[in-house]
Amino acid sequence: MKILVTLKRVVDYNVRVRVKNDGSGVETDGVKMSINPFDEIALEEAIRIKERGEADEIVVVSIGPDASQQQLRTGLAMGADRAILLETDQWVQPLTAAQALLNVVEAETPDLVLMGKQAIDDDCSQTGQMLSALWGRPQATFASKIVFNDRRAEVTREVDAGLETIAVELPAVMTVDLRLNEPRFVKLPEIMKAKKKPLDSKPLAELGLSADQDFEMVAFEPPPQRGGGKTVESVAELVDELKTRGLL
Amino acid sequence: MAKVLIIAEHDGRSLSPATAKTVQGAHGLAADVIDVVVFGDALDAIAQDAAKLAGVTCVRVVEDASLAPALASRLAPEVVALSEGYTHILAPSTTFGRDLLPRVAGLLGCNQVSDVMEVVDARTFKRPIYAGNAIVTVRVPDAISPVLATVRTASFAAAAASGSAKVEAASAQAQDPGHTEYVGAEGSSGEGPDLSSATVVVSGGRAMGSSENFELIGSLAKKLGAAVGASRAAVDAGYVPNELQVGQTGKIIAPDLYIAVGISGAIQHLTGIKDAGTIVAINKDPDAPIFEVADLGLVGDLFQLLPELEDAL
Repeated sequence: MKILVTLKRVVDYNVRVRVKNDGSGVETDGVKMSINPFDEIALEEAIRIKERGEADEIVVVSIGPDASQQQLRTGLAMGADRAILLETDQWVQPLTAAQALLNVVEAETPDLVLMGKQAIDDDCSQTGQMLSALWGRPQATFASKIVFNDRRAEVTREVDAGLETIAVELPAVMTVDLRLNEPRFVKLPEIMKAKKKPLDSKPLAELGLSADQDFEMVAFEPPPQRGGGKTVESVAELVDELKTRGLL
Repeated sequence: MAKVLIIAEHDGRSLSPATAKTVQGAHGLAADVIDVVVFGDALDAIAQDAAKLAGVTCVRVVEDASLAPALASRLAPEVVALSEGYTHILAPSTTFGRDLLPRVAGLLGCNQVSDVMEVVDARTFKRPIYAGNAIVTVRVPDAISPVLATVRTASFAAAAASGSAKVEAASAQAQDPGHTEYVGAEGSSGEGPDLSSATVVVSGGRAMGSSENFELIGSLAKKLGAAVGASRAAVDAGYVPNELQVGQTGKIIAPDLYIAVGISGAIQHLTGIKDAGTIVAINKDPDAPIFEVADLGLVGDLFQLLPELEDAL
């Protein structure tokens, strides 16, 4: 089995993102960048599948600026075999990302595409579903457990009501949730070895995709702040406050 | 003029409250028509509930055994088949809507607005990004039709059950792609109110220490008629099942009263509660970030304070 894993370069999840004063975007200069944490879980899962002997090749793919090579190198150090970068400095919206990934899928013919359930920058949670629609293949979103049985996979999904299990035929697209696994740390020797693994970069523009479905980002603003609260000293005082506010 | 199609969410027995909130969101579009489509099998009661939602023009009922339980790959082509003539297609931003609508968008070859928190006009929406640390105003260009959007249910009240829309039966039009099969589900015991729509929620964090200790949360919730929630840390530690998780990757909720116990308040958790009416935090660490957003904070040992609070009620 061949697995394609997407890795998006995003602002690290520990960074408290700030909106620029002029409302033109969010401050990303000098901010720590990382692999989208959900994508990292997707890659970890691919590596575990390969370590179990159920896959023989893992290809990581990213769409983003040239600096995304850092995240792809980290992915190679974790255990991916090859990397592909579709390089662009534009903010890529989900449909374009899905169309670009379809292009890669058609060239690479993977049995499985593993992706994060959402990227923690735009929080769209669309690209995996769009890719599976464009590809005409099954989707299994928000996966917390994946079991293979020949050309079929049973996927347990985290849904609002609890857990749901569906079975999909391969090839398929799966988007992963937090509890699927805990990604490994990369060790220094692997980082050194990863420098020799192949990384192909080409401009996203070469695919000739149109951006005519793109939305316009009109303005960015900070979220409304909740007013400062007060500290109560005892349970009795808390209960009084709640009664005063008509909440009890 | 706007003609809106809303995809109803239900569990086979009753209409999800998320549907009523999506209808409320659609009111901001100044629409001439708001239709609700219900997919599934044996839908009479669910269709009647949808018909009562204020502002709904028509409930379109598509009954077919192959449409239940709902699978995105089965439903998406049905939505596409019904989409003709609509300017907007909406779904709640629940795991149901977030699974389905982007697949519809893929089939239609368009982008989608995720998690609409405010309707500015029929083509302009506000939505949270970066775990709610920024709000972006998105405009869908005039050339793009229909406009697809998921509605962040915590941002809208439920539409009133004061209407009486007509109900029309329609036939399934698309083929089952046959590559995806429903296997089964496991969910909460169904005790107490639903977390997504409860007016009072009591949540516990990692500091609860064990699933046995988490009973303290359940007990207080019962006394308050509240739903039980949890932080990601508590779910990861195995104290409670995943469906209780509140936050960026769990449920986004807007109760009138939210009581956070032993929850430090990571931004990912705060994202899930920022629309709550009143936030109460109980934590032994006075510097915990949860106190920055709490309306009422009580510093102390939860194992002492929780029983005390329960007794005081």
